[in-house]
Amino acid sequence: MSGIAVSTTINGDEVEYLCQADETLLDVLRDRLEMTGTKEGCGTGDCGACSVMVDGRLVCSCLVLGAEVQGSTIETIEGMADGADLHPLQQKFIEHAALQCGVCTPGFLIAAKDLLERNPNPTEEEIRFGLAGNLCRCTGYDKIVRAVQDAAQEMKG
Amino acid sequence: MQYERPETLKDAVGLLSNSKGKAFVLAGGSDLLVRMRGEYIDPDVIVDIKNVKGLDQVAKTAKGFSIGAAVPCAELGENKALKKAWPGVVEAANLIGSKQIQGRCTISGNLCNASPAADSVPALVAAGAKAVIAGPGRKRRVAVEKIVTAPGKTCLEKGELIEAIELGKQAARSGDAYLRFIPRTEMDIAVASAGVNLTLDNKGVVKSARVALGAVAPTVVLVKDAARAIIGTKLEEEALDKMALACAKACNPIDDKRGTIEFREKVSGVLAQRAAKIAYARAGGK
Amino acid sequence: MGFDAAFEKKKKLNSVGTRPLRPDGVEKVTGKARYGADFNMPGQLVGRILRSPHAHAKIKKIDTTKAEKLKGVKAVITAKDLPDLTDGNSDLYDVLDNCMAREKALYDGHAVAAVAAIDAATARKALKLIKVDYKILPHVTDVDEAADAKAPLVREGVFTTGVDPKPAKPSNITNRSQYGHGDVEGGMAEADFIVGRTFKTEQTHQGYIEPHACVASVNSDGNAELWVCTQGHFVYRQNCADLLGMDASKLRVTSSEIGGGFGGKTHVWSEPVALALSRKAGRPVKLVMSREEVFRASGPTSATSIDVRIGAKKDGTVTAAEATLRYTCGPYPGMWAELGAMTAFAPYDFANVKTVGYEVLVNRPKVAAYRAPSAPMAAFAVESAVDELAGKIGMDPVKFRIKNAAKEGSRASYGPVYGPIGIGPTLEAAKKHPHMKAPLGKNQGRGMACGFWFNFGGQTCSNINIGEDGTVNLAVGTVDVGGSRASLSLVAAEELGVPYEQIKAVIGDTGTLGHNDMTDGSRGTFSSSLATISAARNAISIMKERAAKMWDIPVEHVEWENGHAVAKGKKYGNLPKLSVKDIAAKAGRTGGPIAGHSELVADGAGVSFATHICDIEVDPQTGATKVLRYTVIQDAGKAVHPTYVEGQYQGGAAQGIGWALNEEYIYGKDGRLQNPGFLDYRIPVCSDLPMIDTQILEIPNPNHPYGVRGVGETSIVPPLAAIANAVSNAVDARMTHIPMSPPRILKALETEAAE
Repeated sequence: MSGIAVSTTINGDEVEYLCQADETLLDVLRDRLEMTGTKEGCGTGDCGACSVMVDGRLVCSCLVLGAEVQGSTIETIEGMADGADLHPLQQKFIEHAALQCGVCTPGFLIAAKDLLERNPNPTEEEIRFGLAGNLCRCTGYDKIVRAVQDAAQEMKG
Repeated sequence: MQYERPETLKDAVGLLSNSKGKAFVLAGGSDLLVRMRGEYIDPDVIVDIKNVKGLDQVAKTAKGFSIGAAVPCAELGENKALKKAWPGVVEAANLIGSKQIQGRCTISGNLCNASPAADSVPALVAAGAKAVIAGPGRKRRVAVEKIVTAPGKTCLEKGELIEAIELGKQAARSGDAYLRFIPRTEMDIAVASAGVNLTLDNKGVVKSARVALGAVAPTVVLVKDAARAIIGTKLEEEALDKMALACAKACNPIDDKRGTIEFREKVSGVLAQRAAKIAYARAGGK
Repeated sequence: MGFDAAFEKKKKLNSVGTRPLRPDGVEKVTGKARYGADFNMPGQLVGRILRSPHAHAKIKKIDTTKAEKLKGVKAVITAKDLPDLTDGNSDLYDVLDNCMAREKALYDGHAVAAVAAIDAATARKALKLIKVDYKILPHVTDVDEAADAKAPLVREGVFTTGVDPKPAKPSNITNRSQYGHGDVEGGMAEADFIVGRTFKTEQTHQGYIEPHACVASVNSDGNAELWVCTQGHFVYRQNCADLLGMDASKLRVTSSEIGGGFGGKTHVWSEPVALALSRKAGRPVKLVMSREEVFRASGPTSATSIDVRIGAKKDGTVTAAEATLRYTCGPYPGMWAELGAMTAFAPYDFANVKTVGYEVLVNRPKVAAYRAPSAPMAAFAVESAVDELAGKIGMDPVKFRIKNAAKEGSRASYGPVYGPIGIGPTLEAAKKHPHMKAPLGKNQGRGMACGFWFNFGGQTCSNINIGEDGTVNLAVGTVDVGGSRASLSLVAAEELGVPYEQIKAVIGDTGTLGHNDMTDGSRGTFSSSLATISAARNAISIMKERAAKMWDIPVEHVEWENGHAVAKGKKYGNLPKLSVKDIAAKAGRTGGPIAGHSELVADGAGVSFATHICDIEVDPQTGATKVLRYTVIQDAGKAVHPTYVEGQYQGGAAQGIGWALNEEYIYGKDGRLQNPGFLDYRIPVCSDLPMIDTQILEIPNPNHPYGVRGVGETSIVPPLAAIANAVSNAVDARMTHIPMSPPRILKALETEAAE
C-alpha cells in the first residue's frame, strides 16, 4: 500500500505528508505530525474536541480525510497563540477557570475563535448555541461562556 | 481503499461506474466517515466530489436555485437570497449536527444517507425540491421524496450521483418552515420533524400547501391529508387539529432509543402545527 | 497522623482563599499538555481489544492462529496470557476477569482477546481474524428482573450475604446491608401523613471527554513503564503488578494529564491488557479506547430501583423513614446499594430510620464510582418523597427540611454522630436566597433538594524540595483532575510564607513518592493539603535549624514568620531575618538540600452538604424541558481556591442535570447497548444549560488546620431530586423515573390528565 502525498499549509507553515486513504485529518495531525493538541473525544463528530479550521471553516478533523486537505489551509490549536503571546481567548480561559481537566479546551478555543470572528458581539444565547458542538463535562459551561464574553469585550478593544 | 478526487462530473461518474468493488461518494463526509469508523461499510473506492467543477456553488437560475452537491450547509446559511426565499430549507440545513458538522455536511449527502430522520429532507420535500442526478445514462430530475426508498437505500443506480438540488422560485405570499423535536437543544437526531410550505391567496387563506414529516416512518412522508386539512383555512384551531390528526395517521413509527411510537405520533402533529404557523406568518398571513 | 491537624481558628490566611491563575493553564490552552493518548514510545505498537457482542455467553473456544499469522501482528493474547495469580482474592479475581473474560463473557463489550500490531489498520484486521466460539446464555439487564428469584443467574453459586439464615438457593443478589436506628413501624404508627413510592433511575456514565489511554512497556528483565490517564497511578501500579506477577517497585507508572474521570478512572480495564501485550511482544504498546468502548466496557454507575416510605406529624416532625434500595453492580459484586443505604437519609435527624440495600448482578459492565457514587439516586428517591410529604402536610418544603435537618450532635442514619455540619446553614441560605422568591411563569416549576457526601481521606505522601535559589517544588501523589495543583500550591505558599508563584507543583510518578490513594472521594485537596501542610512544616523546622546554624544561635530562638526565619529574644532580636532564598543559598554549607516530607493517613475528612434550587419549564405538548435557573449552595469548609470550588459545584450540577433529564444506558432485548456514543448518550451541551449560580458556605472542618472539606462530589447529589421536584411542580404529576426524558414527561402528563 503506497501512501497518498498531500501538501497543505498548517498554521502558516507548508507541510507535506504521506497518508493512507482511510486516515482522518485527526489521525494525520496526531500520529504523523505529532500535533497532539487536537484531541479525539469520540471520533464521530459528536464532541468537538478535534475542532480545527480548514479553509476558514470550522470542522471536526475526525470527519475529514487526511487526503482531502490537499492544497488546503489548516489552523490548529498549536497556531492560536502568536508566538509567546496568548490569544485573548486563551488568556481569558485561564483567567476565568474555563477549564478543569482541559481536554476539551483546544476544541473550544478553536470554535470560540471562529464564533467571535463571525460575530464579534454575541449574546449569551449565541455563544451557547455557537459552542453547542463542543462537549465539556467538567465545568457546566458557565465559566466557558463568561470567558468568551470577556474575550469578546477585550477583542473589541 | 482507494481515494479519488476527480475534477469533472464525467470523471466522477466514470469512477463510480467502473469501480470493481464498493464505491462511495464523498461530499462532506460527516455520515460516510462515521459509517466507515463504525465498520458499517468498508469502501473500496471513495470518490471525493468537492473538486468537481461547479458542484461547490449555489447558483441562482431562471427557475430558482441550484445547490451543488458539495456545498456545505454552513454556506447555505450565508446565502442571503436563498435564506430569504427558502428560510425553512436553510433552517433545516443549519440544524444538522453542530457548527463543525455544518462546515462539511451537504443537503445532497443528507438526502443520500437515506436516514428517516435527516433534517433537511422534510423541508426539501415540503419545498418541492428536485434532485438532479448525473450518471452513465441521461441526466434525470427526480422529486426529493422519491429518492429514498427505504432506510439506508436510495433509487440511485450504480454510477449515479446527485449533482445538485434544485429549488423553485418561491411564489408570492408563500412561506416555508421546518421544526424538529430533539431532547437536547442541539447536537441531536430528530425524534420527529415537520416541514411545511404554503402559499396564501390575497385574503390570507391557504391556497396550497405541502406538509412533510421526518423520523416517523421508514422514509420521509409527504402527508397530503395534512395539507388538505389546512388548505382553504387561515389555520384556525379546528384546521390545525385536523392537520395534527392527519399527521398522526400518516405516521408509521417505531419504538427505539430515541422515542416511542406514541410520542412520535403526538409530537409530529404538534410540530406540523407549529411549523405551519411559522410558514403562515412568513407568507404574510396574520 | 504525623502532625496535629486540628482546625486553627486564629490562623490568618494570606494565600488560601485567593484566586491566582492555575499553573498548568498555558500548557492546556496551547495544546502542549500531554494527556493519555498524547505520548509515544520508540518502537511502539498499536493495541486493540476484541469484545463480546453478546450480553452473556460461554466462551467455548478462541482460535487466534489466523490473527497471529497476519503480517505486522506482534502479539495476540487471551485470558491464557493473564493467568490467575490472585490467590483467592476474589475482588482482584473479578478485576482480572473483567479485564479479559475467562470462561464467560458477562456483558456486551466484555474483552475476550487483544492484539498488538504495527499499525491500527493491521490491528483492526487481526481482530476480525480471531474466531470466538460462543454458547449464548440467557441474560438479564434490568435491576428488578435480575433481583427476581426466577432470573437467569449472571454468576454461579452466589448466595446472598448479610442475611440470616444463609439462603438455600443462589441468586443475583450478592449482599444485603442495613443501616438505621429506632423503631420504624412504631414511628409510622405515630404519623399523620405517610408518603410511600417506588422510584427508578437508569444507568449513566461519567462521560469524561478523554477516553481511557495508556502506553505500556515491559522489558525482559522485569522493569516496566506505564504512562496512563488515571485518577490514581499508585493504585493502578499495585493492581497491574498483582495481576501480572510483577514487582510493584519495577513498574513505574506515570500519570498523564487526565481528561476527566469523575470516578471512572479509578479502575483498571485495559492497562493490564496493554502490559500483557507488551510483555508478549517485547515492544511498547499503546492502547486507546474508542468512545464506543468507553461506553460499552468501562464502568458506568448503577441503575436503581428504590422504595421509600416516610411518615410525619401534622406539625412537620418526621416520625419514621425507611428505604429499600436495589442497585445494579454489573456482573461483579460491589457495595453500591450499601453506599446508597448509608447516604439516603444522611441530611436528616430522624428518630426512627431504616435503610436496606441489595446489590444486584446484571449483564452490564462492571459498575465503577461516579461522583458521590450511589448517593444521587438515593437522594432522588428520598428528596422526592420529602417534597411530596411537605406538600401533603401543607408545609413549605424548605421549612419542612429545616425542621428535620441534622445538626451537630445528631446521630446520622448511617451510624456516626455529626460534628459541625452544613445542612442547616445551606437550607437557611436557600430560604433567604432571591432565587426562592423569583416569580414563575406558565408551565414553570421550582424544585429544591439536599444532598450529602461523606468525603474521604486516606493514604497520602508529599514532598517539598527547596532549590538553591529558594524556589519550591511540591510533589504530590494525588492526580490533579481539575486544578488541585493550584490549590496545593496555595497551601504550600501559605505555610512557607512565600508567594504562590514561587511554588511549582508536580504530580510525582510512582517511583518518586510513597503510596497515595486515588483522587476520589473528594479527597485530593483535603488529603494532599494535609500532607503539604505537614511537609511544609517539616521543611520549615529544617530551615529554622539552618538559620540557627547560619546565625550560630540555639534553634529554640528561631521562629518562622511570613516566609522568614526570625531570631527572637533580647540577645538575638537584632539579627536581620533570613528569607527562604537566603537560607537555601547557604544550604550546601549548612547540611545539604532542604526538603520536607510527609507520609500520613488523612483522617477526619469533613462530611459535606448542599442544597440546590432550580426552575424548569415544561412544554406541555412535547414534554420538552428547559432549565431556566439553577443555584448551588454548598459547604466547602474552607474554599482554598474559590474559583475552582465554584467550578466543582457547577460541574457536578451540570452532570446531575444531564442525568435527571436525558442521560441513560439503553439496552435492547438482545442485551446489547444501543447508544454507545455521544450522539445518543445525551450529555448536556452548552445551549442546554443556564449560568449556574453558586454560593460557597464555610463551616470549618474541625479536622483540618484551615477547615477544608472535600468539595468535588456533593454537587451531583441534589440535582436529580431538585429537577424532579421542579418538573413535578410544573406538570402537577409526581415524576418517579429518571431520566425525565420528554416521552416520560409526556406520558406522565397524559396519565395525569386521564385521572
